[in-house]
Amino acid sequence: MSRGTAAARPAVPARIAGVERSLPVWALAALILVLLVALPLGWLGWVSVSSERGPTLAHYAAALSDPRLRSALLNTLVLAFWAGAGAVALGAPLAWLTARTDLPGRRLVRSLVLASFVTPPFLGAFAWVMLAGPNAGLLNRAWRALTGLDAPLVDIFTMPGLIFVVAIYTFPYVYIMIANSLELIPSDVEEAAAILGAGRLRIAVTVTLPLVAPALVSGFILAVLQALALFGSPAILALPAGFHTVTTQIWALFQYPPRVETAAAVSIPLLLATALLLQLQKRLLGRRGYAAVGGRTGQRRAIPLGRWRWPALAGVLAVMACSILLPYGVLAKAAFTRAWAQPLTRDNLTLANWTFTFFQYSATRDAVLNTLELAVATATAGAGLAALLAYIASRRVIVGHQLLAFLALAPVVIPGVVLAVGLFVAYTRPPFVLYGTLWILFVAYLTKEMPVGYSQSEATFRGIHPELEEAGRILGAGRLRVLREITAPLARAGIIATWCFVFIGVIRELSASIILFTPATRVMSVVIFDLKEEGHFGAIAVLGLFMLAMTFAVVVVVQGVLGRDVLGVRG
Amino acid sequence: MRQRWLAVLGATVSLLGPLGLPASALDARLEAARKEGKVVWYTSLALPSAEKVARLFEAAYPGIKVEVHRTGSQRILQRVMQELAANIKNVDVIHTSDAGHFVLLKEKKLLAAYTPAGVEKFPPGFKDRDGHWYGLRATVSVIAYNTRAVSAAEAPRTWKDLLDPRWKGKVVTAHPGYSGVIATHVLALVNLHGWEYFRQLAQNRLMLVQSAVDPSGVVASGERPVAANGGDYTFYKTKKRGNPLEIVYPKEGVPLVVSPAAIAAFAPHPSAARLFTDFTFGREVQQVLADSEGLYTGHPDVRYPADKPRLSDLKLLTVDPEELEKRSEEIKKRFVELFGA
Repeated sequence: MSRGTAAARPAVPARIAGVERSLPVWALAALILVLLVALPLGWLGWVSVSSERGPTLAHYAAALSDPRLRSALLNTLVLAFWAGAGAVALGAPLAWLTARTDLPGRRLVRSLVLASFVTPPFLGAFAWVMLAGPNAGLLNRAWRALTGLDAPLVDIFTMPGLIFVVAIYTFPYVYIMIANSLELIPSDVEEAAAILGAGRLRIAVTVTLPLVAPALVSGFILAVLQALALFGSPAILALPAGFHTVTTQIWALFQYPPRVETAAAVSIPLLLATALLLQLQKRLLGRRGYAAVGGRTGQRRAIPLGRWRWPALAGVLAVMACSILLPYGVLAKAAFTRAWAQPLTRDNLTLANWTFTFFQYSATRDAVLNTLELAVATATAGAGLAALLAYIASRRVIVGHQLLAFLALAPVVIPGVVLAVGLFVAYTRPPFVLYGTLWILFVAYLTKEMPVGYSQSEATFRGIHPELEEAGRILGAGRLRVLREITAPLARAGIIATWCFVFIGVIRELSASIILFTPATRVMSVVIFDLKEEGHFGAIAVLGLFMLAMTFAVVVVVQGVLGRDVLGVRG
Repeated sequence: MRQRWLAVLGATVSLLGPLGLPASALDARLEAARKEGKVVWYTSLALPSAEKVARLFEAAYPGIKVEVHRTGSQRILQRVMQELAANIKNVDVIHTSDAGHFVLLKEKKLLAAYTPAGVEKFPPGFKDRDGHWYGLRATVSVIAYNTRAVSAAEAPRTWKDLLDPRWKGKVVTAHPGYSGVIATHVLALVNLHGWEYFRQLAQNRLMLVQSAVDPSGVVASGERPVAANGGDYTFYKTKKRGNPLEIVYPKEGVPLVVSPAAIAAFAPHPSAARLFTDFTFGREVQQVLADSEGLYTGHPDVRYPADKPRLSDLKLLTVDPEELEKRSEEIKKRFVELFGA
C-alpha cells in the first residue's frame, strides 16, 4: 500500500521546485550515525591489530592463549546460555498465563514484570548478596533457623547463583516477545483443538507453543544478548567467588599498567558472538509471518485454569518475589539500619545512611547532577535523532534509508563494555579528546540507546498513516512544514515515550560508564559500584532506592502519555 | 553540635597555622588558595574518614572546597595515569596506601617536592629522602574474627593458622589489585613465608573482596567469620560500633602500611594543595586520625586510644617502597593466578 503512495511522490511540488531543504538534515543524521557506530568500532578493530611495528595478530594470540582469558570466555558462554534458558523458563509460562488464561491478578503481575524490566540488574545482584550470601544471607539464616542444618540453602557466589540473578532480570525480554506474539495470534485454533477434545496442557504444548516458537527463540536470543553484555552482576557475584567473565576481564585489563590492545582483542570475539546471535534472531523473526496468519481479527477467550488458578498465581508470585519483592525489601532494610545482617530492632534502625549519602558524602550531589544532566541530554538528542531516522526510514524519504535503519539498530550487538573500549581508544587522542568530559559518556549513551529509541520511534511512525502527510504536501507544504505541523503532533506521545525509555536506560547504565568515567565525571551507577568495592551497604541501598524512585517516576509518566503499559504490544 | 565542634577545631587550626612562616607570606598563600577555590584529593583513606578530614579543612578555610575522590590505591594510580595519558590535569593531592606508587610517580617526575610544616620530626619510614612524599597515616594489616562464630580459644593466632583446612570456605581476603594495604600485606608475607604460603591459603577457597576496608564489614555481618587481612583501623572502628569482632595481631609480625601523600607536579590548584597538605600533616588532624579513625601516624606528639596496641609493642614487618614498586606486577599476577580473579 505504501508502495502505491510512493509512486505518486514525483508530483510533490517541493521536489519540482528543487528546494528540497530537508536533504542536509538527512545527510547530517546519517553522518552522526556513522560517527557514533563506525568510529569507535573502527578504532577498536584497528587497535586490536596494531603494534609499534605495524599490523599484528599478537594481541589475539596473547588473548586466546592466556588460560584465564579463555576461561573468562567460557564462563561468559555458560552464563549467557543458561541465563537465556532460565529467562525462557520463567518468561514463557508467565507470558502465557497473563495473556491467555484467567489467572487472578494479571494486571498486578504485568506491573511486577515491568518493575523487574526496569530494575538495574546490578542493584538486584547487590540485593541478592544480602539475601543469599552463604552465611550472612537472610534467606540462608532463615533456612538454618528452620531446619537446624549447617549447609546454606543457596550460595549466590557461584555460577548457578549468578545465572539465577541474571535470569530473574532478563526474563522480561522473553515475556515481552511472547506476550506480544500471543496478542497477535487469535485463539480460534486453540479453541478448535479444545473442541476436538485436547486438554489444556496438550493445547498449550502442541498448538500454542509452535505458534509462538519464533518469538520464544527470539526472546531467548535477546536474553542471551543481555547476559553476554552484563558487567555489574558478574563483578558483584563472580569476582568474590574467584572467577571472571569477559566483561569483568576486559574491565580488569584497564588496570595499571593498562593493556588496551588486549582488551580490544578480547572485545572482538564478544562482538562477533553478539552479531551472530542477532543475525540468527533476525532470520527467525523474518519467518514469524506465518504464525500470525489470522491477523488480529480473531477473538481471544481466556483459558480457564480451574483448580490450577491459585497454584499458578503462587508460582508467578514466587518468581516476582525473587526479582522484586525480596530484593526491594532487603534494600529498604539496608537503607534504614546500621547493620543489614542484624534483626530489625529499634537499636538497629537509623537514618544515618541517608544523612551520610546526601549530606556527608560529597560525591553524591555531583553524581546525581551528572546523571540527570546526561539523562536529559541523551534522551532529548536520542529521541530527536531516533524520530528523524525512523521518519526517514518509514517514509522512505531518501535512497539508502535501509542502511540508516541498519545503522540505528547496529549498536544492539555492541556490549556496553566493548563500546566503551572503542570510545576510550577513539576519544583519548587528538583530534577529539572527549575523555574526561561528560561528552564521552553522552556519546556512549546515545549510541547504546539508539536501537531502543529507534524501534520505539519506528513503531510510532508506522502507526501514523502517511495519507495525512501526503494531503499536506499536495496542498503545497514543504516536507519540514508537514513534519512540523502534521506528523509531529501525531507522533508526540510516541516521541515522549521514546524520551522516557532512553532516560531510564541512561540512569541505570554501568558497563560503559565504568570504563569511561573520570573522578570529575562520575555518575550514580559508578558511585554505587565504588561504594560496593568498599562495602558500604547502607549508602548503596540509599542510592539504589533513589535511582529506583527516579525510574518509576519516569515509568509513571510514560504510562500516562501512552495510556497503556510499557510492555504493551508494539505496532 | 558536631558541626560546631568541627568549626571550633577548624578555627583553632587555622589560627595556629604552620609555624615558622611569616604572617604576610601566610596571607599571600591563603589568598592564592582562596582564588583557586578548591583542592582535588584522590585518596584511599576509608570514605567516612576522608570525608571527615575534608569537612575539617573546609571549616578551617571557608571558601576552599575539598573534592574527595575515594577509591582503592591501585584504582587511584590507574586514574592518575589514564588521565595523564589523555592530558587531563585534575588531581592536586595523591594519597594511596601503596608506597611503591610514589616511587613510580617520582621517577616519572609527576610529583612536586613539598615538605609540609612539622614533618621533620616524623620517623624515617614516613619520609622520602628527596622530600617528594610523606606518610600521612599508617595502619597494620591484621587477622580478625567474628566472636559469635568463633571462640577466642579456637581463633587463628598466626598467619599460618589460617592454612588449617578447618577454615575452608570461612575466610575473606581483600585484593592487592585494588588495595595498597593488601599489596603491602602480600609482599610482607611473601618475604616472611614465601608464595607457598599464599598457594596453601588459596586451598581454603577464600572469598575475594576488593577494598581492605571491606573485610571488616564481611566479618561483622558474619558472611565469613575470619578475615585474612585488612587495615586494623577498619576493624577497630567496626568493633567500636558494637559489632561482635576481635582483632588478632599475629606473633610472626604485622605488615606496617605507611600511606604517603604527595602533591602532583601538574596540580591545577597548587596553593590550595599545599595548604591542604600542611593542614592534614598538622597535629590536630593527625590526632583526629588517631582518635576517631584508629589510625597510626608519624607525628611524635599524637596520643593514641588506650585500647589500641602501641606500634612499638608490635613486631612490625616493613617493606621497602622500591621493592613494592618493582614487584607490583608479580604480586597482582600471582595473586590472581592463585585466587582466581
